[in-house]
Amino acid sequence: MTPWTPQGTVYGTLLNFCREWDLWSERMKQDPHKAPPKAPVLYVKTANTFCPAGQDMLLQDGVSEVDIGAALGLVIGAQAQVVGAVLLNDWSVPHASYYRPPVKFRCRDGFLGLPAQVTAGQVQDWAALQLKVRCNGELVQTVQLGDLMRNMPTLLADVGEFMTLQPGDVLMVGTDCLADGTRPRAKAGDRVEISATGFASVITSVKGQP
Amino acid sequence: MKHARIAWSGAIHDAVEADGQLLLTQGPHAGRRVGFDEVVWLPPLAPVPQARTVIALGLNYADHAKELAFKAPEEPLAFMKGEASLIGHKAFTKRPAEVAYMHYECELAVVIGRTARRVKKADAYDYIAGYTVANDYAIRDYLENWYRPNLRVKNRDTCTPIGPWLVDAADVPNPMALRLQTTVNGKVTQSGSTADMIFDVPTLIEYFSSFMTLNPGDLILTGTPDGIVDCQPGDVIVTEIEGVGALTNTIVKV
Repeated sequence: MTPWTPQGTVYGTLLNFCREWDLWSERMKQDPHKAPPKAPVLYVKTANTFCPAGQDMLLQDGVSEVDIGAALGLVIGAQAQVVGAVLLNDWSVPHASYYRPPVKFRCRDGFLGLPAQVTAGQVQDWAALQLKVRCNGELVQTVQLGDLMRNMPTLLADVGEFMTLQPGDVLMVGTDCLADGTRPRAKAGDRVEISATGFASVITSVKGQP
Repeated sequence: MKHARIAWSGAIHDAVEADGQLLLTQGPHAGRRVGFDEVVWLPPLAPVPQARTVIALGLNYADHAKELAFKAPEEPLAFMKGEASLIGHKAFTKRPAEVAYMHYECELAVVIGRTARRVKKADAYDYIAGYTVANDYAIRDYLENWYRPNLRVKNRDTCTPIGPWLVDAADVPNPMALRLQTTVNGKVTQSGSTADMIFDVPTLIEYFSSFMTLNPGDLILTGTPDGIVDCQPGDVIVTEIEGVGALTNTIVKV
């Protein structure tokens, strides 16, 4: 069976976990942001980022370390309805500023780790889902989908206010940070696994440039 | 040659411009000519197997950067758009009732012709299939300083008209010296030249392909010069680039 790849556009959501929002809340009022975001802050994971199940993640073009971004991606069907979900590894080059669009941090080749298949279901099935992140077998993060700023129905409604998700599109609900505001990192030689009950895991070997 | 993609007679067709008409080039009506006003114009882009990458540039003309009170960027200010925001020539774009400032942006759109990775500036033109015109509308009321310009400003349904033609690269000998012009209800409101881009097309292809693969059919919307004005429901906006085409769009209220 050919491993799954998204047919549509993949969108990510910034600052959608309470912990990161709270850590940012003071800085949100300062320059250059001036105010907390009102609408969902989204970004696009372009098709060149798709890294199908079984493929290695190659660090190249001067990147030596990456943030692991364990995310649930909602898979969209007809009439912008959710028909299933996937675990994803939304890799990014660590970046401290959220002021300008993150193209060179998030849109590099291979920067979206994909699972082999989609799990069918509805958003209420995953409201309390736990995502486990392991690096070389060690548990480095547990993500609680109960901790979203905008829960999944609210996120879908607020995104739908300005853009209609198309059949085949994927909306990632966000990635959480650790207690200190950073994200777990990986470098060449690491094996990263994202898992959750009922979902195909995303398992990726990170390779460096020879 | 100028290529179009149109709906006519209950189906979608590829066509080329021929003596002021559309000549259908495939399907049961291949060889037939139809008038510009007889068809529905779609974005002039062949379907691609995976979601098309749509790169857009902000502040890529010195005068527009000044107009928006920023100093010129030191590297391209780029954001990504979803393919679903694209619509064709002569379409309707929605303006929400509550907004105060919605403006067009006339932009030269580059269509990638072959897979591009780590392309040098000197070779960049070899990777271009052709050019079209994009109108990358923005609603400034929704601007927030988070991944700015944020998608609520720039990735709205109906807010990226593109077309009418995909003009073969060979027919645009110097894309870096084309006049751009926008009219609102026939009155010229924006005029400039692609010569004034801060990062020219070869530089942009070198920059993006230095960290990402560009695939055939991917788009780069190269930014807009000075001269943006608010557009109201009923306004007819024509964004035109010399030798590439004149893209018409009408604003409607939601």
